[in-house]
Amino acid sequence: MTTSSFTDRLLGRVKPSAWVPLTAPLVAILFAALITSIVLVITGNPVLDTLVTMVEYGSQPRSLAQIVNYATTYYLSAIAVAIGFRMNLFNIGVDGQYRLAGLVAAAVGGTITLPAPFLPIVIILVAMIVGAAWAGIAGVLKATRGVSEVISTIMLNTIATGIGAYLLLEVWGVRQGNDIGTKPIPAAGQVPGLGLIPDTPLKVYGLFILAVAVGIGFHVLLNKMRFGFDLRATGQSEPAAVASGVNVKRMIVYAMLISGAMAGLIGMPQLLGESYTYNLNFQAGLGFTGIAIALLGRNNPVGIVFAALLWAFLDVSANILDLHKVSPEIVTIMQGVIVLSVVVAYELAHRYRVNAEQRRVSRELAGAASITQKEGAAA
Amino acid sequence: MITTGPLGTLTQEASISTETTVSEVAVQLEGITKRFPGVVANRDISLTVQKGHIHAIVGENGAGKSTLMKILYGMQRPDEGEIRVNGSPVTFHTPGDAISAGIGMVHQHFMLADNLTVLENVILGSEPRKRGLAIDFAAARKKIKDISDAYGLGIDPDVLVEDIGVGTRQRVEILKVLYRGARILILDEPTAVLVPHEVDELFENLHGLVREGITIIFISHHLDEVLKVADAITVIRRGTTVAEVSPEGVTARQLAELMVGSELPSPETRESTVTDVVALQVTGLTIGADGERKVLDDVTLTIHKGEVLGIAGVEGNGQAELVEAIMGIRPSTGTVTLAGQEITSWTTLRRREAGIGYIPEDRHRHGLLLEAPLWENRILGHMKEKVNVRGWWINRKGARADTQRIVEQYDVRTPGIDVLASALSGGNQQKLIVGREMSGEPKLLIAAHPTRGVDVGAQAAIWDHLRTARAAGLAVLLISADLDELIGLSDWLKVIHRGTLVAEFDPATVTPEQLGSAMTGAGEEA
Repeated sequence: MTTSSFTDRLLGRVKPSAWVPLTAPLVAILFAALITSIVLVITGNPVLDTLVTMVEYGSQPRSLAQIVNYATTYYLSAIAVAIGFRMNLFNIGVDGQYRLAGLVAAAVGGTITLPAPFLPIVIILVAMIVGAAWAGIAGVLKATRGVSEVISTIMLNTIATGIGAYLLLEVWGVRQGNDIGTKPIPAAGQVPGLGLIPDTPLKVYGLFILAVAVGIGFHVLLNKMRFGFDLRATGQSEPAAVASGVNVKRMIVYAMLISGAMAGLIGMPQLLGESYTYNLNFQAGLGFTGIAIALLGRNNPVGIVFAALLWAFLDVSANILDLHKVSPEIVTIMQGVIVLSVVVAYELAHRYRVNAEQRRVSRELAGAASITQKEGAAA
Repeated sequence: MITTGPLGTLTQEASISTETTVSEVAVQLEGITKRFPGVVANRDISLTVQKGHIHAIVGENGAGKSTLMKILYGMQRPDEGEIRVNGSPVTFHTPGDAISAGIGMVHQHFMLADNLTVLENVILGSEPRKRGLAIDFAAARKKIKDISDAYGLGIDPDVLVEDIGVGTRQRVEILKVLYRGARILILDEPTAVLVPHEVDELFENLHGLVREGITIIFISHHLDEVLKVADAITVIRRGTTVAEVSPEGVTARQLAELMVGSELPSPETRESTVTDVVALQVTGLTIGADGERKVLDDVTLTIHKGEVLGIAGVEGNGQAELVEAIMGIRPSTGTVTLAGQEITSWTTLRRREAGIGYIPEDRHRHGLLLEAPLWENRILGHMKEKVNVRGWWINRKGARADTQRIVEQYDVRTPGIDVLASALSGGNQQKLIVGREMSGEPKLLIAAHPTRGVDVGAQAAIWDHLRTARAAGLAVLLISADLDELIGLSDWLKVIHRGTLVAEFDPATVTPEQLGSAMTGAGEEA
């Protein structure tokens, strides 16, 4: 069989056929709910009550606003990961890239003074540049020395943690009570929230719009531009890309730079919309969440929207479980099971589909082939 | 389950003593047909293998030998036809079924774990048990010794596989299948990895095996070896059995003719369209550093407009490297000039833009994005053409319209241009590639095995397109393993051997024998 490999499908380099994207995740989520129910039963918790409580809590206006905020961050992270995935690059280093980018951007934002529309733009650009540069190291290493980006980005994560700690504690840090953070970004650099969800004072991050723009940009870049074509071609078949004149080494560097720049954005909605400073509470680990969400959304800009929202819903609604004496880790189990079962469900659906398709094509073309043979014999 | 009927009453032991009566049939295939999407890999194959024979199956690459053997070994199921083993019809769903029917296969590439001993490798997957859990090594060792002695294989069960030579490894592979009770062995290109004296040893072993009543199906395209070792020969061409011959009655040349066939649609183009305008000039092209073996050594050639230059050679003698060097995919030294302009330092994309069309040898790996729709494949390799892009943007409309044009002009049989390339048959994929590479008025077309693995209809169509383009002034570098195609299409032939162009011929006067001897390095005098 000369069809796609499992990894191709896992990483969304290959488009699944029409009904697969819809059915597979639904089945997977139902399956995950079943597993979670079993876990709840084993741990002696009421199944229905717990799930209903989660849904009820998760659908309150305040929770909805929170979900959108979480999802905004997750979405940016997943897109950063997805850009690499589509080209067969495993940027495990999104985590280090966004933390370093967030720190430097926050420090710059707290230091320079610029009028309102420019300061946030500069902060965002700084974050993108730092993220791109940090990811670019891995890209250049791979292109010039053949270093696996998986290894180098994991190492760069650790290095970023070290550098970040040094810069925060020794260079840019300002004591704020028990915490240490960068100088707060002045009002000119802050991005006001949007009152998208009615009936709650909690506002949605202003940079929610940035995430939407990034999603559209991702789609346009990938599907409408030559660069995206080269990127997808390289991801689907590197030998074919090389034979077609794609400069694969350059593409590796570019893809890592773009992935890193997107990673730089991950911390921005929160930094410019809520905390205004990079401190010890700055959320870590979003890069790894992004990997799970990118897989869940099949590296597709629309798929990732749903994946990010689902993930955010689970995270937010986990908050209520404590009050009901249910361990919030139930949600972590559910998230894990969802990712696994989505991967399995896609694979099963894909195989079923391919088999059916092959039978059909085989039948049709067998007819055509016999005609060809007759023509050949007649010639 | 398979011992029914008059022949089946003979036990295997009994059959050993009756090895001289060759009328028993070990394997019989009748009307085997296997279709893959678009390609009929096997068509109405009939094959009768006598018990205790070495039965050779010969055919060109892609003739369908491997598919046939996979069917016989249960790795593929035939769409039509019947398999009989020892007289009884069988259906194999997995290789396990074939093994239990007494059929074993020795693959061309050994499947042995280097860091295990011979014994461990042999029993892997069918370990004899002692008291349910433990492996009964003593019993296994004894059985291996017995088999080795019985067939004269000379194998020590307790050495590590990494410490033994290629010839011995192959005997271990044979022992492995005998250990599992095989009485019918399929050997897939067993001599490909062996040096001559190992080949002789193998043949001795094979004769030893058949003396003991084992039946051997021997797949090869080395005709001399086949004639030396086989008791019967079946020739497969284009997926079907075309002849059943006895080695006493044929020469290697006759066999070769049977393999290639003479009723193929003729690729001939006789009226010359060669001009005196140089399209491609390659000078001193070399790959490989001084001091080591060069895969390409000082290759110089000229192709004029309207000329087809054929490169003949046994595969792996530098053809692929020559193509990649001209395409700028592989770094090389020397100069390449296209229509008077030196392009030596140009990137692959720039060369393609400048008018080099490229039909790669392996269309699945290098020519197509299998999981992308046809219209996206139209863009592949032509990412600067007006119909495909506008500046930084993909010209979706243009590319789709032009794909539609190719589909119609080149008779690509497809339900539409949104179909994934993988859904098309090999011939239709190739027609799409040919159409794509002929677009944008190329000055030079590099066609590596342009009709390999395509059906007869597509082959004739592709030849037609090449002829038409040549008449319109296209220069073509044709690499092919099909000598008829080379002789028929080319205006001039060069022979490549170990990275060097060793001979050249006028296709109008050359014979396949002359070409053949030049290809094996014996033809420098030509």
